[in-house]
Amino acid sequence: MSEDPGGATASSPAVESSPAAEAPASAQQPTVEDALALGLTHAEYELVCEKQGGAPNQVELAMYSLLWSEHCAYKHSKKLLRTLPTEGRHVVMGPGENAGAVDVGGGIVCAFKVESHNHPSAVEPFQGAATGVGGILRDIFAIGARPIAVLDSLRFGEPGAGAIHGGGADKGAVDDDAQSAMNAGVRAHVGARTRFLLDGAVQGIGHYGNSIGVPTIGGEVYFEAPYEQNCLVNAMALGLGEREKLVRSAAAGPGNTLVLFGARTGRDGIGGASVLASAELGEAGGDEDKRPTVQVGDPFEEKKLLECSLELLERGLIVALQDLGAAGLTSSAAEMASKGEVGIDLDVAKIPLREPGMEPFEVMVSESQERMLCVVEPANVEAVRALCEKWEVNSAAIGTVTTTGRMRIFDGDELVGEMPVRALVDDCPLYDLEPEKPSAPIYASPIATLDADAAPREALLALLASPNIASRRPLFEQYDAIVQSRTVRRPEQADAAVLALGLDRVPGGEGHSLTSADGGHGSAAAGGAHDPATAGEGPPIPALAVSIDCNGRRVAADPYTGTIEAVLECAANLACVGAEPLGTTNNLNFGNPEKGHIAWQLTESVRGLGEACRALEAPIVGGNVSLYNEGATAGPIYPTPVIGMVGRLPDARKAGRLGFAHAGDAIALVGPFAPALAASELAKLHGEALPDGLAEIEIAAVRGAQIAVREAVRAGGLASAHDIAEGGVTVALAECCLGGNLGAEIDLGADFWETRSLSGTSRGSVSPVTPGVTETGIRAGLFGEGPGGFLVSGAPAALRALGEATPVRTIGTVGGEGLRIALPGDATVSATLTELKAAHGALAELFG
Amino acid sequence: MKFGVIQFPGSCDEVDALNAVKKVGDAELLWHGERDLKGADAIVVPGGFSYGDYLRAGAIARFAPVMEAVIDFANDGGLVLGICNGFQVLCEARLLPGALLVNANRRFTFRQLELEVLNSGGSFTQGCALDQRLSIPAKHSWGRYYADEETLAAMDRGGQIVLRYAPGENFNGSAHDIAGVSNERGNVFGLMPHPEHAVDELTGGSADGLKIFESMRLTVEGARV
Amino acid sequence: MRARVLIRPKVGILDPQGEAVERALPALGFAGVANVHVGRLVELDVEDPAQLEGMCEKLLANPLVEDYEVQLLDGNAEHEAPRSASLPT
Repeated sequence: MSEDPGGATASSPAVESSPAAEAPASAQQPTVEDALALGLTHAEYELVCEKQGGAPNQVELAMYSLLWSEHCAYKHSKKLLRTLPTEGRHVVMGPGENAGAVDVGGGIVCAFKVESHNHPSAVEPFQGAATGVGGILRDIFAIGARPIAVLDSLRFGEPGAGAIHGGGADKGAVDDDAQSAMNAGVRAHVGARTRFLLDGAVQGIGHYGNSIGVPTIGGEVYFEAPYEQNCLVNAMALGLGEREKLVRSAAAGPGNTLVLFGARTGRDGIGGASVLASAELGEAGGDEDKRPTVQVGDPFEEKKLLECSLELLERGLIVALQDLGAAGLTSSAAEMASKGEVGIDLDVAKIPLREPGMEPFEVMVSESQERMLCVVEPANVEAVRALCEKWEVNSAAIGTVTTTGRMRIFDGDELVGEMPVRALVDDCPLYDLEPEKPSAPIYASPIATLDADAAPREALLALLASPNIASRRPLFEQYDAIVQSRTVRRPEQADAAVLALGLDRVPGGEGHSLTSADGGHGSAAAGGAHDPATAGEGPPIPALAVSIDCNGRRVAADPYTGTIEAVLECAANLACVGAEPLGTTNNLNFGNPEKGHIAWQLTESVRGLGEACRALEAPIVGGNVSLYNEGATAGPIYPTPVIGMVGRLPDARKAGRLGFAHAGDAIALVGPFAPALAASELAKLHGEALPDGLAEIEIAAVRGAQIAVREAVRAGGLASAHDIAEGGVTVALAECCLGGNLGAEIDLGADFWETRSLSGTSRGSVSPVTPGVTETGIRAGLFGEGPGGFLVSGAPAALRALGEATPVRTIGTVGGEGLRIALPGDATVSATLTELKAAHGALAELFG
Repeated sequence: MKFGVIQFPGSCDEVDALNAVKKVGDAELLWHGERDLKGADAIVVPGGFSYGDYLRAGAIARFAPVMEAVIDFANDGGLVLGICNGFQVLCEARLLPGALLVNANRRFTFRQLELEVLNSGGSFTQGCALDQRLSIPAKHSWGRYYADEETLAAMDRGGQIVLRYAPGENFNGSAHDIAGVSNERGNVFGLMPHPEHAVDELTGGSADGLKIFESMRLTVEGARV
Repeated sequence: MRARVLIRPKVGILDPQGEAVERALPALGFAGVANVHVGRLVELDVEDPAQLEGMCEKLLANPLVEDYEVQLLDGNAEHEAPRSASLPT
């Protein structure tokens, strides 16, 4: 069953045509056509009728259509997700709650989760991204944790010829001049739309995060053609809370009152969940009729809501708390009831409305932002409402917890809809995927922007200027990365963001401190700020590290291995700052799972995800799934399992940095790094087709290297540590030079070019690279990619010490006016710091 | 000495300011709804988005009950520091000349900046040296300082232009690269960069912001003697 | 009585939002556009229209950098002349 992307608008035709003045909504009997228009299948509709003992009315159908949508019910992914590892010694709260949480010591937990807001962002990028941030923040404080950071993971189409180094003549397209010009014209048009989406999304994230006082400390963005019509906007948030005070969402206590607080309810996003999130989007530009369903966010309202919620929890005034997100009141109330195994009676007439004349079904499915639902013992309702008033937040008692096991929706005295809670939440059918490995490539080759014969120097500058590698400074400068005063490593200072623990505003506290988790080493002075760490003095300051990563193109080449790589990438970034992984969150962004090749991507990806998380002992504590990311004409996105990982390091003062620090320091290449050009950024610039499969990974060896680097960073012997990723060792070296504003003299060693080959067997048709001293071999050595490689600098003895645990190769010295790499036969690749900087700054022109 | 840090609905950096000034003296948060400064010797109006920046940044906050007390306090010579949104509130309240407009680049921008001290004799900078450079981060979208030429000339003559963005650092387009100004009397001072985010090297990258809070303490304690 | 207040940046002060819009329109195919300025609109019901000027001076506009124009809407859509605040002395 495929859905008509244009068909499901703000509300289905039949129910929309009945104004409130005529027959009461409950008398309106929707038809199976309405059900289909709302996104249910025939079979699902029949099942609803069975559960209801008859055809559902308007309110009931609206509620089922949302809760049984892919976005809410995870129909095609739930069975797969159950295979993931979710338990571990640090896990305090696993999947199933508003957010997951891991113990970070001292009675404190870190709550975190990633979520997507892809479809709304493609329609209205500013509000889509902003409300995405708002939604994930609510998930954090809904469990009683104060949000302390946001990260974002974005995907767009190519930004256009202007941003591509050496762009100009289209290399790799048809020879015909007219075709070239047309391609360029199309690309320019696409480029303009991509820039519009990028600009809007970044401004939206900045607007929401900055206004609410939560720092945006990291993120990633990739530009690839398959995301042109289906951009991805994933937002991750972290929070801190006290372990003993975490709140769950299960409604409990029959007779207790349901209180809705926050913004008034309007018509925002009505039907959003099933209309937008589970349907394939139509042509870009043809989404005008989807605009009314986009939610509009107000960070100021949410700031008040956040403080109010945390104070309610601190005062022990509420029994359970849930935020309102996709499918609004329907899903929040139903999920609370389901977890608590109770029933709920709701009266829509009691809900504060922003617009007059809203029908009951509209109230139930509205996605107006900045609202929370709580369960309160009747004796506390007054106090709850008084506290809401202090924070200038609307509140209303709107219902009661019952023992009926049913959701009953009233409009005043009139019952306008009811259903068994179990039917709504738990009995949605789950589907088995039917994976089918594709026999032909799904994705077109990238358009070439670099000559096949380009010399290494030209390739280096082209890579540094390419949209996937160039400095993200023009983006992250639009984010406040320091509010709340915890940020120890800001964007571009290290491979992972680092946040100090110890200075905090745990719920209710005004500056009271966290104790150190390292067993009595002493902690920040109670009641005040931690003392600044002068070199080596004072107790260690524990810290969190966070990274968010995924290279969708590599996952497309090999969903299983590519996903393992994404998880390893996160852990490698954490290792570079000295952090050990505690737990993982994931957002699975894929195309239409009813198609065999997408089902295959999803199944293989989850298989890799599970294996990697088990191997790293970094279990999944929560996440999100976004499916149907396909354009009507453009095909599916690259499979993009975005991974977010949180780790801990014992002393923030020793957090690693990526830039070289001192002229004269030795530089070493560390780890079982086996670079290959297949699916690399250089291969993309050359317009090469995706390979069928990536080299197998020896996870244990990679993990060994990560642990070795982590320990060396913690010991303080390394001046810098940087994970090798896109662009291979040469781009990584350039980044280290730029980070420290210092040059480097590099000699990788004669045997680097001669003896390198892939470390394990490869599957599919990837051929091993045995370079000898060929041009291809040089290119593979310089720019080949793969997991397990690090660049570190420091005193030679410190670097040699690493060699006991993992391969270490000393490759050069910090110093000089630029980067110079010796090649076989007396050749060199070199560029001055000025040239590197100029190339690296290419993205600035995207932001006028 | 005791600092009072104002807390409006929507303030974001008030706890950062609170913790920063606690390195120098005692401090307490002051709720917007009460006209009570709780015996503070100096007031800090912090950064953030008070009232969502609705209408204009600071336009609504300036009428909060606590601001009535702050205005009286300032008119009596009390020290009042406005940081970022706080600077905007003080301009709206007419405790400082000029206005803050949208950045010339129209974007929120966060950057660690170098500032030059143009007046080191005042209540907020006496701990600094003339022409000293301070490394302090700025993060705002409405920070372009504006006053008409006549006003600027008078301010210049009166030593009211206290801090300036170092060459090349002025991203918001402020007139004459102005980063921080005081009133004629010198007891009210506003700046767009955030000194409370430059009080320890670990999280601030510099501790230059402490000098401003230290200067305030010296002023208050000097006045007592 | 329904009133509408239009708030505009004072002439002569840099208006980057206006400039951005002025740059963007031709790129979308709209030629012949110049002198774009971006301001704010406030609409309200008032019992005593005489108070509007005070509201503008005190809250709705910043007279240092903005001009305001009050329009009384009462079916006949009467207009008051655009009003600029004088500079503070």
